[in-house]
Amino acid sequence: MTLRVELVIPDGEVWAGTAELVVAKTTEGDIGVLTNHAPVIGILAEGSLVQIRPDQPGEPDVYAAVSGGFFSIADNRVSVLARQARLGRDVDAGATQQALDEALQRADQGHGAEEQADVKYYRALLRAAGGSS
Amino acid sequence: MGAQLRAVRRRIRSVQSTAKITRAQELIASSRIIKAQQRLHAAAPYAREITQAVEAVVSRSANVDHPLTRPAANPSRVGVLILTSDRGFCGGFNANVLREAQSLRALLAGNGLQVTTYVSGRKGIVWHRFRNLDMAAEWSGFSDVPAHANAAEITSVLLDAYGRDAADGGVDELYLVYTEFVSMLTQRPVALRLLPLEIEETTEAPPTGPLPIYEFEPSPEDVLNALLPWYVESRILHALLDSAAAEIAARRRAMKSATDNANELIEQLTRDANKARQAEITQEISEIVGGANALAEASRE
Repeated sequence: MTLRVELVIPDGEVWAGTAELVVAKTTEGDIGVLTNHAPVIGILAEGSLVQIRPDQPGEPDVYAAVSGGFFSIADNRVSVLARQARLGRDVDAGATQQALDEALQRADQGHGAEEQADVKYYRALLRAAGGSS
Repeated sequence: MGAQLRAVRRRIRSVQSTAKITRAQELIASSRIIKAQQRLHAAAPYAREITQAVEAVVSRSANVDHPLTRPAANPSRVGVLILTSDRGFCGGFNANVLREAQSLRALLAGNGLQVTTYVSGRKGIVWHRFRNLDMAAEWSGFSDVPAHANAAEITSVLLDAYGRDAADGGVDELYLVYTEFVSMLTQRPVALRLLPLEIEETTEAPPTGPLPIYEFEPSPEDVLNALLPWYVESRILHALLDSAAAEIAARRRAMKSATDNANELIEQLTRDANKARQAEITQEISEIVGGANALAEASRE
């Protein structure tokens, strides 16, 4: 028994496959999903990481940064719907660091919640690239 | 060469170069339509999941009372979002969607509502400017390859207007006019109400079987509050993608019939040119014969 996982953004699919474990962060705290989990719809924390452990032994965990969104779990299907998402292995650390610095500057200049969310997302991207939560 | 023959040949050349351009446009559109359809398909899972999630929350809540679902008691001002294309060369695409928008606006104005217009696509913007019609906001530059960021931008402006009172320049209801991609040959302009969202009570079982009994993190209200704006955004993105596919399909068809017409015209003109050339030759022969006869007559005398 495995979980069928799909990570989708409005433009398309980021990752899909089967997994043994999915860890996501809701606004209330981390939630780990194994098979036969009760049906849940939850809101993802802004700029958090989603960890997916594929069920093939030896395959490394997949980390994805999400900017916000929600997930739904039912019948061993996990759908993570993020407004923006990127897999850790696709992150260009240098460019993201630069984008983060710029976002930090904008946030310092007293801009609104949008910049704060950007900062969180860029930090999540860097953490995803590092492969650890 | 006679003047008439030269004129006809010049027209043939000009029509031939037009045909080359329209043929190239047709081929470009043919290759892009596949990509546009793929984007439409790629966006489907997100739209489906979010719709299902909203259904799940709504079906679990006894009475949903959210600003986005609450009809205004006395609507006085409504917003209309019109999706058009950035470029022309697509037949009646923009004319059709703008006509649909006009009739919707006439209907709304007939009900004593003030209409605020939001336009996406350069052709629609130009159309409104030319007629001195006010637009509350305009977007352009992405009509054939809309991305999520474009939908997010439009949605934030619309939700902001929806959140304000009519007296503040806000709107009480929002309508959307766009072109639906039915098939390669058919694209249909549609007008629908986007906000407030309509909750339909139904006793029919959902096609995918009964919904699981979900738990909500952190709470059903919070989940609904977060989901509804994203749902609206996903609807707008879907409309943008649909409209993009329709635009390219309309362009392909328009360019195909333009190429066909040009080829028909070239055939007709080639016939005219041949006739003109033949007339010239006939005239020259009859001049020579006439001249020779005149000479023969003169020498006989």
